[in-house]
Amino acid sequence: MDVLPTIWFIAIAALWVGYLILEGFDLGVGMHLLTTTRDEKQRRLMLNTIGPVWDGNEVWLLTAGAGTFAAFPLWYASLFSSLYIPLTIVLLGLIFRAVAIEYRGKGSTDRWRRWWDRAFGLGSFTAAFGVGAALALTTTGLPINENGDRVGGPFAWLTVYAVIGGLAVVGFCYVQAAAFLGLKTVGTVRDRSRRILVRWSPLLLLPIVAWVLIVQFQSGDWVSWALVVLAVVAVVFAWVSARAGREGRAFTGVAAFLALGAASIFTAVYPVVLPSSIDRAYDLTVSNASSGDYTLMVMTIVTAIGLPLVLLYQGWSYWVFRRRLGEHHIPDAHEVEPAIGSAAR
Amino acid sequence: MDPLEIARWQFGITTVYHFVMVPLTLGLGPLVAIMQTMWVRTGNERYLRMTKFWGKLYVINFIMGVATGIVQEFQFGMAWSEYSRFVGDVFGAPLAMEGLLAFFFESTFLGLWIFGWDRLPKKLHLATLWIAVAGSIVSAFFIIVANSWMQHPVGVELVDGRPVMTDIWAVLTNNTALAAYSHTLMGALAVGAAFLVGISWYQLWQRRRDGIDSVDARGRVVVGESPSIPGRDRLDHSVWIRSLRIGAVVAILGFGGVAITGDVQAKLMFEQQPMKMAAAEGACEDTTAFSIFAVGDLGSRNCEDVMTIISIPGALSFLAHGDFDTEIQGINSLIPIYQELYGTNLPDDPLLGERAGAEIQYVPIMEVTYWGFRLMIGFGALAAAFAALALWLTRKGTVPRPKWMMVVALLSIAAPFGANIAGWVFTEMGRQPFVVAPNPTPGGVDGVFMFTAAAVSPGVNGFEIVFSLVSLGLVYLALMVVEATLIVKFVRAGIAGVMPELAAEHDADGTDGTDQGRKDDVLAFAY
Ligand code: HDD
Ligand code: HEM
Ligand code: HEM
Repeated sequence: MDVLPTIWFIAIAALWVGYLILEGFDLGVGMHLLTTTRDEKQRRLMLNTIGPVWDGNEVWLLTAGAGTFAAFPLWYASLFSSLYIPLTIVLLGLIFRAVAIEYRGKGSTDRWRRWWDRAFGLGSFTAAFGVGAALALTTTGLPINENGDRVGGPFAWLTVYAVIGGLAVVGFCYVQAAAFLGLKTVGTVRDRSRRILVRWSPLLLLPIVAWVLIVQFQSGDWVSWALVVLAVVAVVFAWVSARAGREGRAFTGVAAFLALGAASIFTAVYPVVLPSSIDRAYDLTVSNASSGDYTLMVMTIVTAIGLPLVLLYQGWSYWVFRRRLGEHHIPDAHEVEPAIGSAAR
Repeated sequence: MDPLEIARWQFGITTVYHFVMVPLTLGLGPLVAIMQTMWVRTGNERYLRMTKFWGKLYVINFIMGVATGIVQEFQFGMAWSEYSRFVGDVFGAPLAMEGLLAFFFESTFLGLWIFGWDRLPKKLHLATLWIAVAGSIVSAFFIIVANSWMQHPVGVELVDGRPVMTDIWAVLTNNTALAAYSHTLMGALAVGAAFLVGISWYQLWQRRRDGIDSVDARGRVVVGESPSIPGRDRLDHSVWIRSLRIGAVVAILGFGGVAITGDVQAKLMFEQQPMKMAAAEGACEDTTAFSIFAVGDLGSRNCEDVMTIISIPGALSFLAHGDFDTEIQGINSLIPIYQELYGTNLPDDPLLGERAGAEIQYVPIMEVTYWGFRLMIGFGALAAAFAALALWLTRKGTVPRPKWMMVVALLSIAAPFGANIAGWVFTEMGRQPFVVAPNPTPGGVDGVFMFTAAAVSPGVNGFEIVFSLVSLGLVYLALMVVEATLIVKFVRAGIAGVMPELAAEHDADGTDGTDQGRKDDVLAFAY
């Protein structure tokens, strides 16, 4: 067995899970902004719950990408080039939301804020959808040839699996954000989020269940099925907790559901990292797509040092900002006037 | 539509754009951290104001660096899949290390800094900024390591036609990387410093125009205070004059640093990529002279068409070897050497499409290399000269009245940006036709090089790349306008724009007497 490539397969899976759990709620907050309220203070409150942490969450995505490049360059090259158009759209979404969260409060007109709210919401939605589609495709297959290049034109990736994966991550993010906002706020936003969680999560989590089942029937074994069962337990726990108003447990349950569901998928597909829908002989696997042992060893050492540190200080930053926020914490917007003499105005 | 040409344009445009934000982040970050350190150590409010003002601009710019950086991370796989397959074993490692060891620090601690005002203890809050800034500086190191490996591959062996890493230490301590890293950091400092000089000049000029400050008979400043403009008190003057003078000194030091490190780079380049240097000189024949001005059709790639008008005999030799009479090989002597070592034609590989078997053009576009090199040095020198002038002109405590001088000061901000861009364009395009340049020095491994023509994704067609080029290009253009507008807005607002409490106090002891002092509980810096 390829020990190091397998370790790295697990590491990449862990990075994706970390990404989805953490950025899940900040992408979801973007979608809540679009759908739940027009109230300015409430919107700002929601944005401020993710304010200090969203950029750190996004780095999980960058590291998952760069980690794939380092550990499985052939996987990285084939997947990313095959998905050229959808990834471009993901990038546009991520650009818009990064800029929107930072710049929305720096203008003073309603129009300005409305535009950035839309940019933030739609950016979050497209990013979540695209990431979901890409992950679903790497577990269900793309038409790649013996060199790993996509055949069939720019839209060959557009399949029902891509749509299911996209909806799965969008739905998850929405639910995750409801759990997070319930946990981090007081007042109207908290109550509404909890209601959303209870009422909508069964529906919103259906696509992710579909994806898990597709992969299970395709290549599941008893381990992956066991993980599916655990995931179901976690999500039931989350829902019951949410109904009982136990927000901390609800959030943990939703996160555990994602982690276990993703684990079941990654376990089922192992050792294939990108199946070819043309000919299974062209599949990319942990052994034929990976870097050499030396590189993997170096990366393992670096990760063994770096990742615990990351968890430590990201955990600390969550602890620093652990307090629930309410609308009374949000300062009034102030106008930025030019500091020039009246003669010059 | 030729995917290769479009992909190159798209990579060049997005990367250059990213590198507009990058040097400002890298250069301004340490300066803001020093300002805050001064505040924590002295308790002098002047430094608090400096930190808040420059910190705000830093954050506005930082976010654009983040937004455009994400694109960079994905692009290699999207448009350059053959490249990623070829280099992945070596190139991915520094990229992943950058994420793990730098970006996480940078983003997490910057979040703590932005939202930690009044919430973290003062010293801890200061530490979060220093850690974020250190994160940026470390990130620059890893990315330059990756880039320098493409300029000068080391630490690998060739297995099945692909480089496989054998020595991470050699990759991390690649002399090309160490030189380029220090050069880039110095160049970034020059950018941050010019930013301080230009904007502070504008503020001081504004104070004089509004009649707040004036000069006495001996030309020394008489600092005043405006009752009607929020934030325009006496301390305000000292914020700007101090910022300006710090900026000017750093700008000069930065240029000195760039010159020293650039000299090291040039010496390495003569050994590692002789063609790049010959093309940068427009030098057909072996020579010792450094060309200062040349005319002719440089774009033709035929060096017979280039005529050097002004040159300094011996200077080129000095740049390359530290003496005045060693001849430097010209293009005509280099072409046969390259052809012998790396072939005359591209391989007949179907992956190369129409380009399979085409003749290889070893001379990079001379117009770009020649002027890229000179613009880099020229813009840098211009900025440093202006900084020196500013230091002299403000020795009596304020800036001169004329408006055109203020405009020049603002324009001088652009010069070091121009130098940085020119430097990268020179470095990257001078490397052509290679995307991974061969390493001709004793540590080099035969066969570890790659032609740009072979690097592009074979499965991706022109339409897709045009789609990303146009959409990203338009979005970048629009965001450039937004960023510039916001920076201008906050610059015009001065300190009161970033410290609303100044405006509030002002209202309180001024007109209506309602002190709407802030509730203890509200968030600082909230979105
Ligand atoms: C010499 C410095 C330098 C160079 C050559 C590059 N960058 Fe950069 N990059 C930075 C220096 C930097 C930085 C100073 O660290 C930034 C700028 C603003 C910021 O947020 O961090 C950054 C941000 C940044 C981000 C966002 C990080 C975050 O979310 O916090 C990514 C993903 C990249 N870069 C990736 C790249 C790639 C793949 C490059 C190669 C083509 C590249 N950068 C060139
Ligand atoms: C941030 C500063 C950088 C700038 C401004 C820059 C600029 C450019 C430009 C202008 C090109 C196009 C060259 C051509 O078309 O002839 C290019 C190509 C390229 N550069 Fe850079 N570059 C930078 C940093 C990097 C770094 C850090 C890397 C690697 C980590 C890199 C990797 C590449 C690659 C893969 C190409 C594509 C192949 C090519 O067309 O040459 N660049 N870059
Ligand atoms: C004073 C004289 C200078 C000299 C002798 C010099 C020398 C060089 C050389 C030889 C290179 C190419 C390295 C290569 O391709 O391998 C380079 C690149 C570069 N230069 Fe300069 N330079 C000078 C001034 C500046 C200034 C003022 C700036 C910016 C403020 C600057 C920014 C850059 C950048 C960003 C690059 C590309 C990245 C790199 O390879 O480091 N340089 N410089």
